[in-house]
This record gives sequence, structure tokens and C-alpha cells, in this order.
Amino acid sequence: MQVFDLGSVGSTTELTTAREAGLVACRRCGQVEAMSTSHCRRCGGKLRSRDTQSLQKVWAWLIAGMIAYIPANLYPMLITDSITHKSSSTIIGGVIELVDLGSVGIAIVIFVASVMIPVGKFLAIGYLAISVHRKSTLNMHQRNVLFDVVEFIGRWSMIDVFVVAILSALVQLEAVATINPGIAAVSFALSVVFTMLAAQSFDPRMIWDASKGQA
Amino acid sequence: MQSRPQALARILSLALTAFVLMVAAISFPFLDLNVQGRQHATSVLGAVMAFQNGFAFPLALAVAGFIVILPLTRLMALIYAIAPLVRGTRPRKFAREAFGLAETLRPWSMAEIFMVGVTVALIKVSGLATVHFGPAFWALAGLVIITVLKDQLICRYSIWEALDQQQN
Repeated sequence: MQVFDLGSVGSTTELTTAREAGLVACRRCGQVEAMSTSHCRRCGGKLRSRDTQSLQKVWAWLIAGMIAYIPANLYPMLITDSITHKSSSTIIGGVIELVDLGSVGIAIVIFVASVMIPVGKFLAIGYLAISVHRKSTLNMHQRNVLFDVVEFIGRWSMIDVFVVAILSALVQLEAVATINPGIAAVSFALSVVFTMLAAQSFDPRMIWDASKGQA
Repeated sequence: MQSRPQALARILSLALTAFVLMVAAISFPFLDLNVQGRQHATSVLGAVMAFQNGFAFPLALAVAGFIVILPLTRLMALIYAIAPLVRGTRPRKFAREAFGLAETLRPWSMAEIFMVGVTVALIKVSGLATVHFGPAFWALAGLVIITVLKDQLICRYSIWEALDQQQN
């Protein structure tokens, strides 16, 4: 969509980009317009050859997401009240609890969704942004794939927030047991939303621009 | 590749099915918990309202958006934009805006993620209590499958093209 393949597969330096041809492609519908057009004639979307503020937005959302992720891990996600005792569990605490219950598979799902995906996303988005800053020409294809993966997988982190919502709605048995959401549920949800926005602000066309700079 | 009108008709029928299932998922009881003779039933809206107290209120709005409002809006926008294409008539006014909206909302409608969350929650309470599934549970399970099928069929470039061609 972004790079016009003129028959020479493999080396991107031999390709003509829309930008070089004085054209701009619509990221929403794929329509190609003259560079000066401000809105796509087909879908009405905003046209920009490159989003010049992309990296700024990426860093802003990414840092916000990382900040929100800290309280998400320190404060309780779930607060359980039963006749005998009151307990609260954090994200990691919930995972350990599941292992104790014998549900190792589900514990892995939660660990992947709540710890590995968010942390992996921070690293991946940071790496993409830094490599664009540095105009790196290494692994461009892999970085493009990495971007697609990050954009696709980010929303799955919400699992734990929904688990908390369902448990809190379901377990409301006065005197026997009640479960209520903790503050970490809010900051975790915010963290996921912020990193999703960070991924959406990234303009993947910038990955390929580095190859043009050196050609 | 199947022909375009057929693909569009399939998308439309899946979208309509998803819409009906979504309405069922919201209106019927969802899960029913039973501990030592005490019962507590909840609906999908109940899960949304779990966050309504105090500090978590914004989260209630967000969860309502992610699992009910945005998926419904997305379905309605999609049906609005595609239905005339299936019949072979001119697209409706604002069909492009509607389809654009449906595409923008795609990452933010999380019904299938909610369903995985339900499974995890059920395993967590399984030691504590017996849980019965209400009709809404099955409606939601069906909805997830239909949504995945529908999204796989959607080729956004062809739909934009079809919207464009029939405009004139």
C-alpha cells in the first residue's frame, strides 16, 4: 500500500515511493491522490504524506502508558471479602493464585496478557521509535512486521480488566463473599488504552524512509 | 476469490446475525452463581456496572463502550454502509463516513476479548461456587464466532472501491 512495487522485489532502494512521485496514498482506503490534496476524494479521510508529529505522539502515549503501568502492578486488582478474611491480589498475585488452583494454562494466559504483552509492547514501540529516529536501515521488513504484530495484539491485554469486571459483578453474595475491583484495574486499563494509541500514532512509512536517505 | 456481490451479501448477513445476537446478549441473563443456597445472577450490563462505585466509574463507561456500545455502533454503521451495495443500488448518504467509522472502531470493540475474560473468571470462581450459564452467555459465544468470520471476509479496499464506483 505504501510502497509501489515496480517489479523489482527485494531491494527497496530501487522502488519509487508515492512521495517521490508527488503522490500521497490514503492510509484508510488505499486511494492515491496528488500530493497537494488534503482529503481523500474516495473515503474523505485526511491525507498526509508523512505524519511529521508521529514520533512525538508515539513517545507521549508510550510514556503515559508506562507510567500508568506502575500503579497497575503495585496496587490490588481485586479485593475479596469473605466471612473469615479480607484479601486483595495484584496482577501477579492473581496469576500465582491461579497456579495454586491448578489452572496453570489459564495462569499463563493471564501472565502473557497482563505482563508479557504490555512490557513487550513498551519495548517494541520504543525500539521502533528509536530506530526511526536513528534512520536505521537494518531489519526493515522485520520492523514492519513487528509494527503489525504490536498493533494487532495490544487490545488483548484487556482480558484481566474484563475478568475483574465479571468477578465483581458475579460474586456479590452478602455475608458469604464479595469481590470488588481495586484501583489497579483502572490504571491497567488506562495503560492498555495509552499504548494502543501509541501504536496507532506510529506512521510505519517512516521505517522505509531511511532506505531513501542513503540511496 | 469469490465474486464481490456474494462476499458483500455474506458480510451483510453475518453483520445482521451479529446484531441480533448482540441484542440477545445484552437483554438476557448472563451468568448465575450459586453458593450454599445463595444465588446471584448477573447480566452483561451487570459486568459493566461492577465499576460504577466511586473511583472506578470512568472504567464502567469504558467497559460499556468496549463491549456494548462500540460493537453495536460498528455493526450498525457497517450494515448502513453495505446494505445498498448488496442490493446493487446507490450507496446511502454518509455511507463513506459510516464505513470509515466502522473501520476506526475495529480495534476498540472487544467483545471477543471479553469472552476470554469470562472464561478466566469462571475458572477462578469454579472452586467457590456453581455457575449456570444463561442464554446471554451462548449468544455472546455465538457473537464472537460470527464477528471473527465477518472480519475475515471484510476486504476494506474492495468495499471502499465498491462504495466509490456506485457513487456515480
